[in-house]
Amino acid sequence: MVERRRFGNIFAHVVLCIGVLIVAFPIYLAFVASTQDTATIANGQMSLLPGGHFLETYYKTLFIGSSGTTREPVSVMLFNSFVMAMMIAVGKIAISIISAYAIVYFRFPFRMSIFWLIFITLMLPVEVRIYPTYKIVADLHLLDSYAGLSLPLIASATATLLFRQFFMTVPDELLEASRIDGAGPFRFFWDTLLPLSRTNMAALFVILFILGWNQYLWPLLITTRDDMQTVQTGIRKMIASSDALTEWPVVMATAILAMLPPVFIVVAMQKLFVRGLVETEK
Amino acid sequence: MAPAHDGRGVMQKQTVFQSRLLPYALVAPQLAIVLIFFYWPAAQAVIQSFLLQDAFGLSTSFVWFDNYKDVLGASDYFNTIVRTFVFSFLIAISSLSLALLLAVMADKPLRGSALYRTFLIWPYAVAPPVVGVLWVFMLNPSLGVLAHGLRAMGFDWNPLLDGNQAASLIILAAAWKQISYNFLFFLAGLQAIPSSVIEAAAIDGARPARRFWTIVFPLLSPTIFFLIVINIVYAFFDTFGIIDTITRGGPANSTVTLVYKVYEDGLLGGNLGGSAAQSVILMGIVIALTAIQFRFVERKVNY
Amino acid sequence: MANVVLRNVRKTYAGNVEAIKGVDLEVGDGQFCVLVGPSGCGKSTLLRMVAGLETITSGEIDIGGRVVNDVEPAERDIAMVFQNYALYPHMSVYNNMAYGLRNRGMAKPEIDTRVREAAQILEIVPMLERKPRQLSGGQRQRVAMGRAIVRQPKVFLFDEPLSNLDAKLRIAMRVEIRKLQRRLNTTSIYVTHDQLEAMTLADILVVMNGGVVEQIGNPLEIYQKPATTFVASFIGAPPMNLIPLQGTDIGLAGKDSAAGILGIRPEDLVLSDQPAGSGGVALDLTVEAIEQVGAETYVYGVRSQRGDTPTVSARPGELPPGEILVRVPGQIGPGIGERIQVVATHDKLHLFSADGRKRVD
Repeated sequence: MVERRRFGNIFAHVVLCIGVLIVAFPIYLAFVASTQDTATIANGQMSLLPGGHFLETYYKTLFIGSSGTTREPVSVMLFNSFVMAMMIAVGKIAISIISAYAIVYFRFPFRMSIFWLIFITLMLPVEVRIYPTYKIVADLHLLDSYAGLSLPLIASATATLLFRQFFMTVPDELLEASRIDGAGPFRFFWDTLLPLSRTNMAALFVILFILGWNQYLWPLLITTRDDMQTVQTGIRKMIASSDALTEWPVVMATAILAMLPPVFIVVAMQKLFVRGLVETEK
Repeated sequence: MAPAHDGRGVMQKQTVFQSRLLPYALVAPQLAIVLIFFYWPAAQAVIQSFLLQDAFGLSTSFVWFDNYKDVLGASDYFNTIVRTFVFSFLIAISSLSLALLLAVMADKPLRGSALYRTFLIWPYAVAPPVVGVLWVFMLNPSLGVLAHGLRAMGFDWNPLLDGNQAASLIILAAAWKQISYNFLFFLAGLQAIPSSVIEAAAIDGARPARRFWTIVFPLLSPTIFFLIVINIVYAFFDTFGIIDTITRGGPANSTVTLVYKVYEDGLLGGNLGGSAAQSVILMGIVIALTAIQFRFVERKVNY
Repeated sequence: MANVVLRNVRKTYAGNVEAIKGVDLEVGDGQFCVLVGPSGCGKSTLLRMVAGLETITSGEIDIGGRVVNDVEPAERDIAMVFQNYALYPHMSVYNNMAYGLRNRGMAKPEIDTRVREAAQILEIVPMLERKPRQLSGGQRQRVAMGRAIVRQPKVFLFDEPLSNLDAKLRIAMRVEIRKLQRRLNTTSIYVTHDQLEAMTLADILVVMNGGVVEQIGNPLEIYQKPATTFVASFIGAPPMNLIPLQGTDIGLAGKDSAAGILGIRPEDLVLSDQPAGSGGVALDLTVEAIEQVGAETYVYGVRSQRGDTPTVSARPGELPPGEILVRVPGQIGPGIGERIQVVATHDKLHLFSADGRKRVD
């Protein structure tokens, strides 16, 4: 529009820059801190520019670990986080897509009851059932294991709903044509439905991976061994009770490392990420 | 061909497969996991909440709603409920207003708006404990950069001692993290408004501010309601990581939310019944919030 | 009520894309001007520049004697009807129409009078309390027009308002719009890609192509004497036959022979065994296809003469190379494969330069 363009635009730029600053500052600070040494920080004399300790701090972080309450190298923690996140994302997508397939494309007794059973799980996140779930995982001897970390988090229905919604929009003609071509349920699923679902799967994968990676309460509860810590629980344990003992550069380096995979995914796959987010919240 | 409705009013496709056993096999994995890791624990929690174990854990007795009475009667529980809701509203309002402002600015056709958007989205990816660590570092009374700034302005900054300051810290950190999520949804909502409607309003004599309040804001209201509910749920649950990293519920329980309380009380052990009752109460609150979302929010959506 | 004048208006987008390449136009007070042309020709952009929704790179736009280049849309005293109506979804029909008046601080009783008056004219009184989503396309269209007329602006701007309606409704609404405009006597500028709409609505017709005005004039004038081959094939349906003359043995007399392209409308070709009159043209055709539409017959024939020089390409209604379309009244026509002769008299010939940009007579 003709009106007052320049003023409005400058104002917008200013606001957006401030917004970006608010959002980026803590992270920038963390990066700076990870390149300085512990003493400088503890004395409250940290400058706002990166220092020179980048390589040694990160090396220490990844391979040696901090001197806080956990002595595990962060590379191990990153690995654990990665396995857990992958298991959650892949597991959830796998079981959900076949469930949704059954519910949409088959008629069988109890179909609706099963659907509602699954649907209700949307309502309660893991935080409301932590102790009973803990007990069950313990009884199944799954404490301190990848299975124990992932399985309870696969239990909710978001993915199933998304796939169901998507399948409902797939035209019936595709199924009919496929049947005329002699395809049974497996072939139809594999050859037709799955390829069509690719974008949805990718978007879901992005969201679920990030969700899994960022889990905190549940891993906190069920892992006790140092070498099973995820990067989220690990970073917490690095903050010792006394300020002087905390190795802040290592902690900050861990924070940066903990942020890298999800941030990378969000930025590199922005479109998929946005789509996944919008779809799962409907 | 439109999908048909089967007897229970939920839609299904017209053309389906006729296999008998296959569907069960397909739903089995999800059903198994859901039963074992969702319903079983949920049921356990409900059952446990009606039981009381004696001091030695040797016998349990059925006590009806006694556990609930004990939990709800304890004054600190009531405080926790109030505190959790207050936190939620404050986090929601601050995060939503800032996100709306940013979204409105980012919706304009500016050079570099794609860049701005990317930058504003990434905090979503940061995990709650990391958020906590970042903020505790910035505002740590002795070595935090922002803490220095606050002191320089004459503020006596010590969240380790002052409960209200600790609470503000949590609220700040939590709101910060939520900005990108809200921003994304607001942006989507804004872009769903046809530009011709805005142009029509401009031709109809409405200046930018008036256009925003009479046209954009009302059309955005479904998104706003939706986000308010989501933000409240978020404040209930996702703040755990932030609280555990920054204040651990202190000082003097001034930052304990309902979820945190369940966690703490459970750690201390002993009162399984009470802990279960707390969990069930939490479940009730969540179900109520979800129900509100479905009924009121979904209704207002379509134009 | 006022006139609209455009003086050498240009618009260039970032990246040096010139969308409007120098347009001069004058629409007198109370006149109905139609901008017509294919997609992308710039007609909507031009309309939006008059509205103030797009900036003007150079040139002047004048409304009612006042230069409005830097004036905001709200201050130009115009009203616009959009293609998708752009009604405010969350407001009732009444409020949709009252919004503009409220923004200008008009008193309630006066607003009420005006809104009800407009609703009367457009026959939408029973819908005043409804929301747009409860209305049909045609009804929404009327509300959009109602919103425009309550403002009693100097100029009405229409951006393809009938494109989203079905064919029957489109014809009915077309007549309504014209009647309304005559009744209110407001200067109007109307954009469409439909040449029929253009012909029936316009006092002044502006044919645009690629950001440039190809011809301005009275619709019938344009039909009878198109200035370029583009206009010739765009206006009038079915489109004019355009025959490049180079390498053919179509003989033209006198100064006519300087032409590069010959245009003859399908309705001006007559089946005849007689030779063409002086200055006229006779074509030998082999019939390829016939279309019977009841009132007339369309005969598609190929010139039996040598040379496969393709027909000049002007996009709208293009015929395949060498094909001629003849419109024969009634239901009797030649059979497929038959050789026929069609004849056009001299006064029905349109002669253009070889590049199609000029008339040569």
